[in-house]
Amino acid sequence: MTVQILRRALIFVVSALVASVAVFGLLAVLPGDPAQVALGVSATPELLAKTRQEFGIDRPLATQYFEWIGGVFSGDFGNSYVTREPIGPQLVDRLGVTMWLVGAGMLVALLIALPAGVFAAVRHRRASGSVISGLSQLGVAVPGFVAAIILVQVFAVQLRWLPAGGWTPPIVDPLDFLSGLLLPALSLGLVQGAVLTRYVRSSVIDVLREDYLRTARAKGLTPYRALLRHGLRNASVPVVTVLGLQLATLLIGAVVIERVFVIPGLGSMLLDAVSNRDLLTVQGIVLVLVLAVLLVNFVVDVLYTVLNPRLRQAS
Amino acid sequence: MSALTVDSLELSVAGIPLVTGVSFTVGAGERVGLIGESGSGKSLTATAVMGLLPDEVDAAGSVRLSDVDHDLVGATEKQLARVRGRRMAMVFQEPMSALNPSMRVGDQVAEIMLIHGTRPDKATARAAAVELLGQVRLPEPAETARAYPHQLSGGQRQRVMLAIALANDPAVLICDEPTTALDVTVQARMLELIRTATEERGTALLFITHDLAVVAQTCERVLVMYGGRLVETGSVKEVFTAPKHPYTRGLLDASDLEAVDEHGRLRTIPGAVPGAGEFPGGCVFRNRCTDATGDCAEAPVLSEVDDRGFACWNPVGGPA
Ligand SMILES: Nc1ncnc2c1ncn2[C@@H]1O[C@H](COP(=O)(O)OP(=O)(O)OP(=O)(O)O)[C@@H](O)[C@H]1O
Ligand code: SF4
Ligand SMILES: [Mg+2]
Repeated sequence: MTVQILRRALIFVVSALVASVAVFGLLAVLPGDPAQVALGVSATPELLAKTRQEFGIDRPLATQYFEWIGGVFSGDFGNSYVTREPIGPQLVDRLGVTMWLVGAGMLVALLIALPAGVFAAVRHRRASGSVISGLSQLGVAVPGFVAAIILVQVFAVQLRWLPAGGWTPPIVDPLDFLSGLLLPALSLGLVQGAVLTRYVRSSVIDVLREDYLRTARAKGLTPYRALLRHGLRNASVPVVTVLGLQLATLLIGAVVIERVFVIPGLGSMLLDAVSNRDLLTVQGIVLVLVLAVLLVNFVVDVLYTVLNPRLRQAS
Repeated sequence: MSALTVDSLELSVAGIPLVTGVSFTVGAGERVGLIGESGSGKSLTATAVMGLLPDEVDAAGSVRLSDVDHDLVGATEKQLARVRGRRMAMVFQEPMSALNPSMRVGDQVAEIMLIHGTRPDKATARAAAVELLGQVRLPEPAETARAYPHQLSGGQRQRVMLAIALANDPAVLICDEPTTALDVTVQARMLELIRTATEERGTALLFITHDLAVVAQTCERVLVMYGGRLVETGSVKEVFTAPKHPYTRGLLDASDLEAVDEHGRLRTIPGAVPGAGEFPGGCVFRNRCTDATGDCAEAPVLSEVDDRGFACWNPVGGPA
C-alpha cells in the first residue's frame, strides 16, 4: 500500500509542476503588456521600460518562471501589477473563505445524497423510490446560479429569513457567519446533492444485488443492517471517486456563487483580477485552483486504495 | 419430531406458479438430497425456506422449524432475522462472490456469532472463528482468519462459508450446489467435510444438487423435483435402484455413463425443461414422457407411504 501511495504522491508532484508551467506559459503568451495596463495609454516609453524592469518582465521567460515558482514555494506570489500589494496574503484569506463555502456545499450535498440515495436504492422497485430518483433527475437539470436566484427570492427577499449576500468571518460573529453561509451553501450543494444521489443510488443498487449481501441476510441481519454493515463500505468506493470530481466542480461553481452572493472568496478575487487585467494575480489564483483540484484527486486515489483491500494488498 | 417441515409450499411470480404443492420433512440430523434438472425449482424452494425470496415472489403454505414457534412463511423480516444464521443456515453455490470482499474472513465468521449473541464479545467470537476455520480443515486457521476472500481459493472460501453456517450450531443446514463451482478433487473433500461436520453436530441437511453421484455419496434420503413439484421421494437406495417415476429413471439413465441407447449414444431425457409457467397442464412431465397416456392430462398427486412416494399414473415397473 505504501508503494501505491508513494506512486500517487509522485504523480501528484509531477502533475503540479507541469500545471504550474502550463499556467505560467498560457498567461505569458496572452497579448497585452502588464506595464502598459498598469500605466495607461499615455505612459512614456521611458516610464514603460522602467516599470517593466520593476515588474521583472523584461527578463527571459525561464528566469521569470523560476523566480515566480520559487517564490510560490515560500508563499510569495509576487506583487500585483495593479495595486502593487503582495498577492500571497490576500490569496490565503480568500482561499479560506472559498473553502468554507465549498466545504459547506459538499456537506449539504452529502446530507442530501446519502439518505436519499440509499432510500431510493432500497425502494427502487416501489413508487417512493422512483419519486426520489425523479426529484434528483430534476435537481441535476437546474444550474447552480438558478438555484441561487430562486433561494434568494424565497428566503431573502420574500421571507426575509436570511441575508441575500455578504460575508461575516466566523470569528467576528458565528451566527451571522452561518446565516450568511446557508444560502450560498444550499445553492452549491443542492445541485451537487442531486447528482450525487444518483451515484449513491446506483452503487447501492449494485451492492444490493451482490451475493455477499444475501449472505449477510442469511447470517441473520435485517436488510437495512446488512446494507449498513456490508454494503456501504463497498458502495462507497465509486461514490468517493465521484465525490472527488464533484469537489472540482464545486470549486468552479463557487466562482459563480461568490459573485451572486457578494462573497469575498477566491472566485470573486479571480473575476476582479481578470477584469482589471491583473495578470500576475490571475496566474496565482489559477495555480491555487489547479493545485486544489490535483490535491483532491490525490486524496481520492489514496482513499480508493485504502477502501479497496484488493489494491491495499497488491504492491 | 422433524427439524424442518415444509407443507404445501406454493411460490409464484405475478400469478405464474413456479413451485406447486411442495411438502416434505427433514428429520433431526437427517441428510436429504433435493435433485432435479436446472429450472425445476430447487433454489426457489431453498430460498423460500430461508425466507430470502426476492420481493416479487409470492409465497403460500407453511415452513416450520422444530425449535421455532412461528411459521416462517409470512413472518416479518425481524422474526426471520432471528432464525436465520441461528436455527438454520445456508451455503450458496458461488464461493467467489458470497463473501464480503472488504472484510477479513475471520471477522465474517465471528460476525454471525456476535449477531446472535452466541459468544459474549468480539475477542471470544474471534477465537471461536479461528477454531471453526480449523474444524473445516483450513490450514493455518489463525492466519487464514486475517486473510481477505480474494487471497483464498474457491474451495477454501467454500470452507469459510461452511464455518459461518455451522458457527451457531443450527438445527438445519441448507446447501445449494455447494460444490458445483469447484473442481473434482476439491469437490470430493468438501462433500466429505459437509457429511462429517453435520454428522458430528447432529445437523439436519437439505442438500441441493443436480449431480446424482453427489447425492448418493452424501445423503440418506432424496427428493426428486421437476416443474416446481416433487415427483418422487424415498431413500437414496430405493429411488436410485428402483425408480418409480419416469423422470427419475431418465435422470438416472442420463447420469449412467454405461447406459447407451440403441444407437450407442448416452441416454438423455428427450426435450428440454420448459421455462417457468410453460409446463403442460396435468402431469408436468407429460410433454417429455415416453410413458404418457390419456390419464396424464390430470395431475397425479404424490402419495407417500413410509417416506416413499411418487406422482405418476404409469410408474416404472407397474404400480406397487
Ligand atoms: N424471481 C424470479 N422471477 C421469475 N422467475 C423466477 C424467479 N426466480 C426463479 N424463477 C424461475 O423459476 C424456475 C426455477 O428456478 P430455480 O432457481 O429454483 O431453479 P433450480 O432448480 O435451482 O435450477 P438450477 O439447477 O439452475 O439452479 C426457473 O424457471 C426460473 O427461471
Ligand atoms: S403421469 Fe404420465 S406423463 Fe407423468 S410421468 Fe407418469 S406416465 Fe409420464
Ligand atoms: Mg439453483
